[in-house]
Amino acid sequence: MKDLVETASEVRVNDFVLKIANVNGTGSASANGLLMKAIFRMGVPVVGKNLFPSNIQGLPTWYEIRLTKDAYMARSGTAEFMVAMNAETYKQDLAEVSPGGFLLYDSTWPRPDLHAREDVTAIGVPLARMCNEVFENARTRVLMKNMAYVGAVAGLTGLDVEVIKGLVNEMFGTKEHLITANMKAINLGLDYAREHYPDPLPLKVEAMDATAGHIMIDGNTAAALGCVYAGATFGAWYPITPSTSLMDGFKSFCEKFRVDKETGEKNFCIVQGEDELASVGMAIGAGWNGARAFTPTSGPGISLMSEFIGFAYYGEVPVVLFDVQRAGPSTGLPTRTQQCDLTLAAYASHGDTKHILLFPANPKECFEMAVQSFDLAERFQTPIFFMTDLDIGMNDWMVPELDWDDSYQPDRGKVLGKDELEAIEKFYRYEDKDGDGITYRTLPGVHPKGAYFTRGSGHNWKGGYTEDSEEYKEVVDRLVRKWKRAADFVPGPVIKRCDAPTRRAIISVGGCDGAVIEALDQLSAKGVNLNYLRVRGFPFNAEVEAFMSEHDEVFVVEQNRDGQLRTLLVNETDVNKDKLVSVLDYAGMSANPKFIVEGICAHLDELGDAA
Amino acid sequence: MTSMPKPFIDKHLPKNELGLTVRNYEGVMSTLCAGCGHDSVTAALVQAFWELGLAPESAAKVSGIGCSSKTTAYFMGQSHGINCVHGRMPSVATGANAVNGDLHYIGISGDGDSLSIGFGQFAHAIRRNLNMLYIIENNGVYGLTKGQFSASADIGSTTKKGVPNEQTPIDPCIQALTLGAGFVARAFSGDKSQLVPLVKAALKHKGFAMIDVISPCVTFNDHAGSTKSYAHTYKYYHPLVHTDFVAHAEEITGQYAEDGAMRVTLHDGGELRLRKTDSDYDPRDKAQAIETLMINDGGGEIRTGLLYLNEDMPDMHAANKLPQTPLNQLPYEALNPGKAALASLQKRYR
Repeated sequence: MKDLVETASEVRVNDFVLKIANVNGTGSASANGLLMKAIFRMGVPVVGKNLFPSNIQGLPTWYEIRLTKDAYMARSGTAEFMVAMNAETYKQDLAEVSPGGFLLYDSTWPRPDLHAREDVTAIGVPLARMCNEVFENARTRVLMKNMAYVGAVAGLTGLDVEVIKGLVNEMFGTKEHLITANMKAINLGLDYAREHYPDPLPLKVEAMDATAGHIMIDGNTAAALGCVYAGATFGAWYPITPSTSLMDGFKSFCEKFRVDKETGEKNFCIVQGEDELASVGMAIGAGWNGARAFTPTSGPGISLMSEFIGFAYYGEVPVVLFDVQRAGPSTGLPTRTQQCDLTLAAYASHGDTKHILLFPANPKECFEMAVQSFDLAERFQTPIFFMTDLDIGMNDWMVPELDWDDSYQPDRGKVLGKDELEAIEKFYRYEDKDGDGITYRTLPGVHPKGAYFTRGSGHNWKGGYTEDSEEYKEVVDRLVRKWKRAADFVPGPVIKRCDAPTRRAIISVGGCDGAVIEALDQLSAKGVNLNYLRVRGFPFNAEVEAFMSEHDEVFVVEQNRDGQLRTLLVNETDVNKDKLVSVLDYAGMSANPKFIVEGICAHLDELGDAA
Repeated sequence: MTSMPKPFIDKHLPKNELGLTVRNYEGVMSTLCAGCGHDSVTAALVQAFWELGLAPESAAKVSGIGCSSKTTAYFMGQSHGINCVHGRMPSVATGANAVNGDLHYIGISGDGDSLSIGFGQFAHAIRRNLNMLYIIENNGVYGLTKGQFSASADIGSTTKKGVPNEQTPIDPCIQALTLGAGFVARAFSGDKSQLVPLVKAALKHKGFAMIDVISPCVTFNDHAGSTKSYAHTYKYYHPLVHTDFVAHAEEITGQYAEDGAMRVTLHDGGELRLRKTDSDYDPRDKAQAIETLMINDGGGEIRTGLLYLNEDMPDMHAANKLPQTPLNQLPYEALNPGKAALASLQKRYR
């Protein structure tokens, strides 16, 4: 065994990646979550990414924990400390360790291959043997092996065991025997590491004070919470990765906040549809009837829902669709992330259709934009697409605590009530009384004067069936006016200008944000200065077009093969498309700054003027 | 072409308890073919709603695509209607119903809409025991696309040109029974005296109430080779159970006690009186209902009436413990946990 310090290149405090390779279904998730939470509790900013297969048991899975003292939000794409718990992937895992890094493995069985790299230190800890000696049944031994590596990592990096203990206590509550067993396993690893590797690794965890006022939460949970705070009462869904946890979250929050303790009555209704077509149909039915309604899904679900989306667009029914994007096409990579449904959602359904899209970049925005989505759906009486993705939706992100303004009142849009209907002569559903493209609607059962017929077939401003060309055009022309108006109501872009003057910029969207911000720093260090605009809504706000026109060259950074954001920018603004340069990452992994820096540098090198 | 209002003349017509005449329950002019069975169903719905004295705006009309689905515009113009996408009416009805159970949901569908493109949604609305009246206007044929067989066409029934259907038909009543519907009826559009009481009873039934109405297509399926023609249906239709609906307003006295009718009080008010025309048929016996429908006695008999009734199953609202106040009328304050709750909740994420 090599001396640990000998191969280490440098001491890195709170700035390295701990990557754990596991077998899916072995209960490693809670151990890995425990490690990340403990680091977070020590005040060290973390980025956690779960790379999991579309499988219940047996396939390889990885969990990355990046300690980032500078509070970056993206993956780094490196692995300084690998915990290799899956023999199937040993070779790959060893290859992935950064030079000067470390690999911890279960040395119950000899693994000379893992010592093959000169520049990587392999650390054997007999996890299985120790657990087999202490624990009884097979399942417990497997689970406790995970806890044992938590202890070993703590012993090697200086992770505070008291913090871990506090978390274990919270995790198991009153189940004293589980606390005891888990702590016993953690101590097995800890003691072994301290005894056999008394010199600490150069990869260190040290307490900081950089996580106060922050939480660790995933975007689906935060969006679900947004649905609760928006006052959504109806949700329909068909289970699909990676959106499922959004409805799980909504259900659990509603069980907590919306059940009458005396009567057991529930102030919400969740229906698991027979498919996505039914799910969106239900949400549309509830929206038509005046409730705030939504359906969470992913790309394949949007494909199935398309006919109904056109109906809600043309019939002008409010509904919110959460598209937690995953890699396509077709079934694609169900457990990998992408931003590949942008053009699909923007123009979903046959015929001339244009939709309103919102792009959150992190769980905090998921919470806030979920609320905005319902306001926009009712104000504009149309489907709203909340465009999140697997990376935002399913990974825990460190974000500032969510806040709520108790003075908020939902924007229910133009709905005529009983008294207003009583007072008017005649009600016409699609009469543009205010000239803003948004007409008044009524709810069933309120007043006979408010009755109208919602249809997907040709209709005139009165709501009557028509095949008359002029009457048909009048309605569809108003719809596009209404859509354009939404540009002033969707969340505006976030613009970050660099200190030095520049004619170049980045435009990006959603979960690429963290990687772009880190890439800007890296590029700046190379002398490449760029401004940055993050799009948050579609149709594009006027600021987006103005930003593009003030730059000679704009790198459009996004996670899909075809440059879909670029397509929308070209299609919906007057920008000269030649100045929009795509920088794309569609490998299915959470974005890291590398592809951005490399993509931009390669382009500049080509031009021969890399600053 | 635009939709045409009907001329409105209601002088001297009798009024119901709300002071409305039957004309107040009508919609715009039908654009279906003259003699279409569907127009008779429309008339029966108007009559039933008027007789029950229900406020026209208390109905919510839902439909999909097809000749049948168009008819929701032809009755109760003073109530909201939604004419959605093909075969997906049940889902829209489910969402609408979930957030306001106080309305009377009337779904109008056809054999193409419910038994082909929308077969899945039809089945799952039944499984959820959605509280609604679900009418299938069944003519065995696609009308708007000019005469293709539908999934309810009998084996051997022919097109106008004489081509026989060779695929097994789907019987919506058998399907509804096996899927757990609590109210399953079959009727014939040509017999209003049978249909009106069934519609009234179905509206008062708390749960999924399906009426499969054989409603001949005069243009594409009313010829000698068809088993869904007027002539064929008149000849072979056979009421198993005679149904009367008596609203509580006209509460019965002892004098009817000996008429041999089975009496069922409905959850939403009113009483059903079922008189068997076949002495051994019991509309409470699901197995017998399925068996009766499945027996092919060679005569092609079309068995009609209230085939099955079970009032004791919780509907979707009960199963989901939905509140007395409809979800769409809850004040925002009742739905929003507030700032303090959010702060407290986030402790678990620290």
